[in-house]
Amino acid sequence: MKQADIPTLIDRMAEELRQRLDIDEQTVMVGIHTGGVWIARLLHAKLGIQKPLGTLDISFYRDDFTRIGMNPQVKPSELPFTLDGRTIILVDDVLHTGRTVRAAMNELFDYGRPASIVLATLVERSGRELPIEANVVGLHMELAEHQHVKLSGPEPLRLEVKTSS
Amino acid sequence: MTSPRIRIFGGRLIDPCNNVDGPFDLYIADGRVAAIGDAPDGFAADVELDATGMCVTPGLVDLCARLREPGQEHKASIDSECRAAASSGITTLCCPPDTDPVIDTPAVVELIRHRARQVGAARVVALGALTPGLRGVHLSEMAALQQAGCVGVSNAGNPLGSTLIERRAFEYAATFGLTVFLHADDAALSADGCLHEGRVSTRLGLPGIPEAAETVAVARDLALIEQTGVTAHFCRLTTRRAVRMVARAQFDGVPVTADVAIPYLYFTDVDASQFGPDYHFIPPLRTAEDRTGLLQSLRNGTLSALCSDHQPHEPDAKLAPFPATEPGASGLDSLLPLTLKLVEEGHLSLPDAIARVTCGPARILNIPCGELSVGRVADVCVFDLNGNWRLDQHTMSSRGKNTPFRGWEMRGRVRYTLRGRAPAPRDPAR
Amino acid sequence: MSGANLQIRADGRLRHFLSIEGLDRRIFTEILDTADSFTGVAEQSVKKVPLLRGKTIVNLFFEASTRTRTTFELAAKRLSADVLNINIDVSSAVKGETLLDTLRNLQAMHVDMFVVRHSDSGTAHFIAAHALPHVSVINAGDGRHAHPTQAVLDMLTIRRNKGADFGRLTVAIVGDIAHSRVARSQIHALNLLNTGEVRVVAPRTLLPADVESLGVKVFHELREGLRDADVVMMLRLQRERMQGAMLPSEHEYFRLYGLTDEKLSMAKADVTVMHPGPINRGVEMDSQVADGPPSVILEQVAHGIAARMAVMSMAMQQNIQPQAND
Repeated sequence: MKQADIPTLIDRMAEELRQRLDIDEQTVMVGIHTGGVWIARLLHAKLGIQKPLGTLDISFYRDDFTRIGMNPQVKPSELPFTLDGRTIILVDDVLHTGRTVRAAMNELFDYGRPASIVLATLVERSGRELPIEANVVGLHMELAEHQHVKLSGPEPLRLEVKTSS
Repeated sequence: MTSPRIRIFGGRLIDPCNNVDGPFDLYIADGRVAAIGDAPDGFAADVELDATGMCVTPGLVDLCARLREPGQEHKASIDSECRAAASSGITTLCCPPDTDPVIDTPAVVELIRHRARQVGAARVVALGALTPGLRGVHLSEMAALQQAGCVGVSNAGNPLGSTLIERRAFEYAATFGLTVFLHADDAALSADGCLHEGRVSTRLGLPGIPEAAETVAVARDLALIEQTGVTAHFCRLTTRRAVRMVARAQFDGVPVTADVAIPYLYFTDVDASQFGPDYHFIPPLRTAEDRTGLLQSLRNGTLSALCSDHQPHEPDAKLAPFPATEPGASGLDSLLPLTLKLVEEGHLSLPDAIARVTCGPARILNIPCGELSVGRVADVCVFDLNGNWRLDQHTMSSRGKNTPFRGWEMRGRVRYTLRGRAPAPRDPAR
Repeated sequence: MSGANLQIRADGRLRHFLSIEGLDRRIFTEILDTADSFTGVAEQSVKKVPLLRGKTIVNLFFEASTRTRTTFELAAKRLSADVLNINIDVSSAVKGETLLDTLRNLQAMHVDMFVVRHSDSGTAHFIAAHALPHVSVINAGDGRHAHPTQAVLDMLTIRRNKGADFGRLTVAIVGDIAHSRVARSQIHALNLLNTGEVRVVAPRTLLPADVESLGVKVFHELREGLRDADVVMMLRLQRERMQGAMLPSEHEYFRLYGLTDEKLSMAKADVTVMHPGPINRGVEMDSQVADGPPSVILEQVAHGIAARMAVMSMAMQQNIQPQAND
């Protein structure tokens, strides 16, 4: 696969966000560990968001805990601002089944009651299992069930498509 | 009704008391041994028992078996356990005095003997209580107990109030020629222990019973035995040190004997490492070195008897965390095969092994059993040395199914058990 | 040795948590890592995670213990589980329901996990052996046998203070080893992590038979036992030991085995001092040590909740079904 030009995708996403929302000193952004945080950092800088970046680890909110089990490398979630009444830009690297975003929203609502959530994702690929869609997408990909796209990083950021046997 | 005349033929007759071991037929008349080898003149058998390929021995004498009656009939009864004994080739059982009520009055002795006679499956001899209620404070009416049929007296492992009381009890028993049956245990040292004090009890965090609990008691008791001249027997010794002390005393001519129970010859404290309640015994299973010492002493005769230490329990007694379970295993069903297994493993010759469960215990109890001398009551056991079967709750005749030998292959299947007359009622399960 | 196959499933995951013995280094390290990840949760503003929502955890305590029970309760609640506290007084003369009947009755109410504390060694194993297939058992202390969650929080505390290489550490455990389930679990855990040297310091009367067989070096003199130690773990001394003719007095015990700054100077300069609590000031240690810089006693308490959250969620893994109201 031709190597995606990630900086260009980030620029495009930032532009779309500016068109969609009024970015001001009240705007908050939250990245989902781990790849979503890498992308969020870039977007956060590009958009000049003043409030510090929030990070979410959704390990404790996953619903496939049974099969996958505990992830011992969990980092704590950090949301250094109140959520109530705010618009939150939620950032992830790959939107696939929708379960990660579902877990992230559950976790956000444990912290407070946002006015709205806007989902921005670097890659959106086929295979949704839940009725969840991104508002801002960097790259759409049509992939078969046994194919997986992964963001590696943080330096340099690369998208890789892998095939599972 | 006259007893039938019986001829048991074709078997290997082993009667260690009379040094007999060979292909001799056994002739029984009027419930007694009439002849060995050649038929008595004019003998016409009413019943012929074919013992070809089998061993013919005196009926086994079990030095310690708890029948749980009176008082604990939810565990077992004289009926169930005497039948189980007969199925297992055991014709005489000795029961300790810790029934409820305790065997401290002639009435209780009579109750037990009457019940046993009614069942008719095995002979029961009882030990009388050394002190009323086994409380260790006063002397019991030992003369009356002896007259009622007790063959000895014991405090069944309960402590005596002081060494003075112990001395007086020994002297009083000696007055009537009664043997005192002692359980070597220093109560203060064993306290609430439930396992041998050693690396296993340390690892499991279970209160331990140190070796000294047994050796301190044996030392004290031997001193008083020598002082008073009473005939004494140590029940179920578990440590090689204690057995060595007894051997020295025997060498010095002190009238003391000792026995060992089957489980202590097969298991050690390590077997309890998984908190398995089947390995909960009082006194506790000891170390491998102790086990080796016990086997050696059994071979050289310091330990002159082997018993089952039969303690049948209802299932609930073993369904609890280890320290909360009741100790003891059901042993009647496995006494003979596990005695024979010692022969198989080279620890004893077959005649010596038979001696340890026939004339050995009979001499300790001072009863005319465990031998096939002419004129004696014909208590006989005929068993197939090579008969294999598996010990489990279906093949066990005792009501108590609690045993650490569950699932073991048993070698030695009893075919006939005779008690002075035609074969006794047997459990058809095996 | 004890209950190895009882604790671990066929797929290598934790089913029950009964004792450190029977666990391999891999899974114990996983438990420590998981506990580590839960320490962050307590610092978040939202201290709850929904991992065990809908699950019922029963604290089955046959021994009074407000302290341990509250940490287990808090840990369960932070995992969003429902908690049932059952205290059964076994000291009363009248014997009530058998243990097995109590277990069966509670299982009939569809509970998912038992946290058990009992004065009989082997109780947690017994309950685990009789538990239904979907039920997990956590040992909160059985007799003198084991207190494995304490060992987890202690090892976590050492790791966070001294790093993951236990091979270069000398750890001294001081006090009543004979009667301590905490000490036994700590010794097993330290040896499992290949600790450089594990020492016990106590008079003969407070050491169990054959204690060396547990894998420790024995010292009767505190100063020698503390020499160049990296970690000192003090054990609680109970009053009963004086009554049971094991010690003459607290006074002599404190003089010989009580931790003071002076005795502590024998250890390494950056020594860490630990105690499972509650402390008997003036008996196990003086106030200066208890409140001084080397003491991490309060850290231990915080780690206690994370440790319990870790073992509960790891043991419950197979039971978690996808939530119905996603």
